[in-house]
This record gives sequence, structure tokens and C-alpha cells, in this order.
Amino acid sequence: MTKGAPPVLQIDDIHKVLGGKEILRGVSMTVDKGELKILIGPSGGGKSTLLQCINFLLPPDQGRIFLEGHEVHFHKKAELYQFRQHVGMIFQDFNLFDHLNALDNVSIALRKVKKIHKAEARERAYHELERVGLAEKMDLYPAELSGGQKQRVSIARALAMDPKVLLLDEPTSALDPDIIGEVLRVIVELARSGMTMIMATHQIGYVKSLTDEILFMENGRIIERGSPEKLLHPDINTRCRGFCEMLNDLIREP
Amino acid sequence: MDWDFYGRLLIPALNDGLWISILLILPSASGGLALGILTGTIRTFGSPWLKRIGNIYAGLFRGTPLVVQLFILYFGLPNLGIYLSPYMAAVTGFILCSGAYQSEYIRGGLLSIKRGQLLAAKSLGFSSMGSVFWIILPQAMRRAIPGCGNEIIYLIKYSSLAYIITCIEITGQARDVAATYFRFTESFFVAGLYYLVLVSLAGIALGKLEKKLYIPGFGWHL
Repeated sequence: MTKGAPPVLQIDDIHKVLGGKEILRGVSMTVDKGELKILIGPSGGGKSTLLQCINFLLPPDQGRIFLEGHEVHFHKKAELYQFRQHVGMIFQDFNLFDHLNALDNVSIALRKVKKIHKAEARERAYHELERVGLAEKMDLYPAELSGGQKQRVSIARALAMDPKVLLLDEPTSALDPDIIGEVLRVIVELARSGMTMIMATHQIGYVKSLTDEILFMENGRIIERGSPEKLLHPDINTRCRGFCEMLNDLIREP
Repeated sequence: MDWDFYGRLLIPALNDGLWISILLILPSASGGLALGILTGTIRTFGSPWLKRIGNIYAGLFRGTPLVVQLFILYFGLPNLGIYLSPYMAAVTGFILCSGAYQSEYIRGGLLSIKRGQLLAAKSLGFSSMGSVFWIILPQAMRRAIPGCGNEIIYLIKYSSLAYIITCIEITGQARDVAATYFRFTESFFVAGLYYLVLVSLAGIALGKLEKKLYIPGFGWHL
């Protein structure tokens, strides 16, 4: 990264109240090009809400968001729709379009949002499916795909838009343990190829070596942040390490 | 078999009526469905004001008898200087009434689609309208087919009310023949068969459509 270039994404003091409860109480972070940031913390801590606020699926009550140094004015619809094309989103429960086969799931936004010609959109979509190893499944509908395959199609769908940053909201939480690996491998590959990502996850082991910063969220705030080495160092007592050890204990229990 | 009555009187008269019935049903069914899709979508995703207008429309037309609606269109509107032919008054009434019912089936279909579909569409940069049109409606329509088909079948039968405002279709013809020759049982029995055939054909067509639009994950076809 060239020095002085603005961060891909800058999030400034985001607040959000949902159902009378303050879910986010002033969250700030910056993400530079090629970085992988991990959001971790107990459920209800605000990870999902934060990710949904970043692309304004939930409009923040307060706070500002900058994409490559430019503030996003989300009340202007054209600007909002443009911004969302640059910010890919992966959901915990995939949210593939149920009425479209895998190829059309990936190509529909290219055709209807980016107005790319049909043949070209199909070609691009096919290429993205290839990248996640699902080219031969292009004709299958979501109901005919396994959970892991669905999540890989949804990653292909997001990548086809050429996003500047990818938001992943617990991408493996809805998957059986034996197929988590196939999705994580795709994510690791993305991180290696330099995709900028913010990922909420509890599967920290796989991606630890690629993670630039861990953000530990609790009660609507980021209460600890730092490199994995720092936050998960056995000699330092952090809230984050305690949480991760608790998760590990749960897995190990017979 | 009484050939003079059936072959020379009743059947030709009912065939004339059948033609009018078809001319009533086809535009009313398609117009009602189109209006229902529009109204159902507005009542589900529209701005508060549009929603209110849609709800008032559906409430009025579902809340009053169709006969009353037809009377107002045919006998009432001339007071306002609007003159509709019996045929136009009937088709207008059927479209407005059917649209109100269809909007309810469409609304049910739309509400059955998980919110995540909308979130995913928006996260890709779809506008609100684009999300509904390209992502939500195609799914909702598939779920709404049985209900919408039911309304079309119902429409085929309530198209018989057109004769009350002097648009003489199957029922009107049957009534004329019956009253002239005083043979009510046979006339209306055969008229009933005509409707039964129409409804059966519509049922077959709707079944074919449902199969054609079938997608894995929507229903349990083979």
C-alpha cells in the first residue's frame, strides 16, 4: 500500500439503537487495503449490527462512514446504491436468491444493477463460480445445493461485483463442522489474494495467521483491539483470549 | 332427446353467451391479476400513503357486494356524466373486484419471502424497487399461484353477474331461453355445464402454468 492513501473504509463513531436498546455505542475503525479484520465477541455484542450498519442495511443513528476517503451520504439513494456495489456482504444464512440457479444468482446483479450485457455477465459469473470451485453446479438451484456450496455461491455473487471490501457476517456459523473447511479455504484464498475484509467469526484458528487485527466487541463497543499475537498471547490476560479459550473448552468437552 | 329445444334453441343461445363470457373473463382475469400484483406490492412495500390508498381500495371492493359495485358503475356513473356500455361496466367492475382479492393473495406471497432475500439484493446495490421486482416478486408469485388461480376460477363464475346489467352472457342467455319457453331446469342445468367446462379448462391451464414455473425449493412437484 502506498503511504498516504486513504483507508478503504473508515468508520467513525457509529451508534445504533434497535428496539429501544443501544446496540452500538460509538464504534470506530479503519480498514486499509488488503487487510483482514476479525470481529469477535459474545453474541448480542453488536457484531452483526455493526456489519449491517456499514453498508446501511441498518442506517446508523449517528456516525460517519468513508469509502476511500469520501464520506458516504446514505440519504442520497443513488450514492447509497453505488456504495453498496463496492461493499460485498456475506450473510450467515447465505440468502441466495431461491428462484435463481447458481449462475443467475451470481449474474443477476451484474445484469440488473451494473447493466452488463447478458452474455458477458454469464461469462463473468461462470468465472466467479469457477473460482470458488462450483462451475459444474451452475445449473442447480439453492434448494439443490449443500450449505457449504450455498455459501461459496454467495461469495462468488459478492465477488462478481468487484467489491473494494467484503463484509462477512459469521459465514460459517450455519454450517455443519465437516463442511466449514470448504468455505474457510475460499476465504483464506481471498485473504491471500489481497481482498480487504471484515469478518465476524468464532472460527478464529484458521485465519489467525492472516489476520491483521482482531476487534473484540462487547455491549456495543470495541473493548480490545490488536494483532492476534498481542490479543491471544498466552502471557497476557485479555478479555479476548478468555473468550477464545472458553470457545475452545466448549468444543473440547465430550 | 328434444332436438328442437336443445339443438335449435338452447345450445346456439348459450354459445352466443359463451363468446361474451369469454370476452368478459379474459380481460377481467388478466387485468385483475395485474392490478392485484400492483396493489399487493404497494400494500406490502409502499410508502405509508400509498399503502393507505391501497388498503382503502381493497377494503372497499372486498367489503361491498359485486352486484352493488356493478350497479354503481352502470346505473350510478351516468349521474356523473360517465356512460359505460354494459360490457365495459362489467369488465371494469370485475377487474376492480378481482384486483382487490388478488392483491391479498399476492400480499400473502410477498410476506412469505424471508427478509434476507431483500437484504441480499440491497447489499448488491439493487434499488428498493429493483429488489422487489427482480428478487421478491418472482418468488412471491410462485407461492401465490394457487390463491390467484382460485380467484380466477371464482371470477369465471361471478362473471355471470354481468347479465344483471344487461350484458347477456351464458347465464343471461339461459335465463332468456328459460323464461320464454318456461324450461328452467334444463336451461340452467346446461348453463351450469358450460361453466363447469370453463372452470375445468382454467384449472388445467393453471396446473400447467404451475408446473412450467416450478423451481426446486418451491413446492413438491415431481
